[in-house]
Amino acid sequence: MSSHTDALVAHKHPSDFEGAKIAMWLFLFTEILLFGGLFILYAVYRFLYPVDFHNAAIELNTALGATNTLVLLTSSLTVVLSIEALQRGNRKLSLWMLGLTILCALAFLVIKYFEWSAKFHHGLYPGAEELLTHSNGEVIFFNMYYAMTGLHGVHVLVGMAILSGMFYFIARKPVDKERMGFDIIERLRGGAHLAVVADNGNEIGKVLEIDDKVRNIDIKVTYEMVPEKYDPRNLIKLENSALYWHIVDVIWIFLFPLFYLIT
Amino acid sequence: MQDHHNEVHSLGYGIYILVWISLVVFTGVTVAVAGVDLKALTITVALLVAAVKSTLVFMYFMHIKYEPLLFRVMLAVCMITFLIFIGLTFFDISFR
Repeated sequence: MSSHTDALVAHKHPSDFEGAKIAMWLFLFTEILLFGGLFILYAVYRFLYPVDFHNAAIELNTALGATNTLVLLTSSLTVVLSIEALQRGNRKLSLWMLGLTILCALAFLVIKYFEWSAKFHHGLYPGAEELLTHSNGEVIFFNMYYAMTGLHGVHVLVGMAILSGMFYFIARKPVDKERMGFDIIERLRGGAHLAVVADNGNEIGKVLEIDDKVRNIDIKVTYEMVPEKYDPRNLIKLENSALYWHIVDVIWIFLFPLFYLIT
Repeated sequence: MQDHHNEVHSLGYGIYILVWISLVVFTGVTVAVAGVDLKALTITVALLVAAVKSTLVFMYFMHIKYEPLLFRVMLAVCMITFLIFIGLTFFDISFR
């Protein structure tokens, strides 16, 4: 029993959740330092042009910024509720919460689109002639605003894609795929018949014939899972996707006051 | 069943909703305070509230509070590195 069975179980249910989470956190640290560099740049320019930054920030729509903050905070809640629901075996609630999270991400981007459009309409975008008539500090403020909220927006888009992938993983019927042993290759040369045999010895599947060109066989099982059961492999994937989503939220928690509230 | 390290943490729905309510309240506070003229204190208060909010997200939503010590150490190393960058940068530009 022991080692062979353990290896099989480990293969079917990768149980190193901690290792997977550590890897995700290491990646998140690079994200924190990526935005950290931009925050330092922002801080330095704000230190050099305090009045210009103050005047330029008035141009930003605080109501829309605050709305987007609430949207992202809510999406952080729904994604963590999705994990909790999946863990409790409530796949339906998990999918609802995940769907809501994706909708919030979309809402954030739509609001951002309207915000940026309004600024563009007023000639406040990098390189615009209108913006170049403003003082140096204000030009820098808007350049930083577009660079930082733009990079953040890309992260929202990526997060949305990851969460949509998770939605698919959780919504689909779980699949297991196992390859038959290596030594079967030689034996397959003469062709073979396949049958599915239940553990009580009864043949339950159709007998299939395969020709001698086939070199290996994968056994693929798609489970008809009852809704209250979940595939444990999805849990760590969802947890890590959520960690990424929360970092996107944390970055916005700092972007919002620094750009919208310093008036 | 399994070693608890191999599980994702289950805290119940209630605590997450409570954390979310606090986050919304803090957002309200930071917007309200921005309307009051606190001079140089404005940015300090805004950053302080943002720090509290992100701590809540890290601790509860990202489960740092329930992870082994290693996670906190790693996070601390990252944050201290960042603070050193900020410190050295401002040490530079303040004395130019």
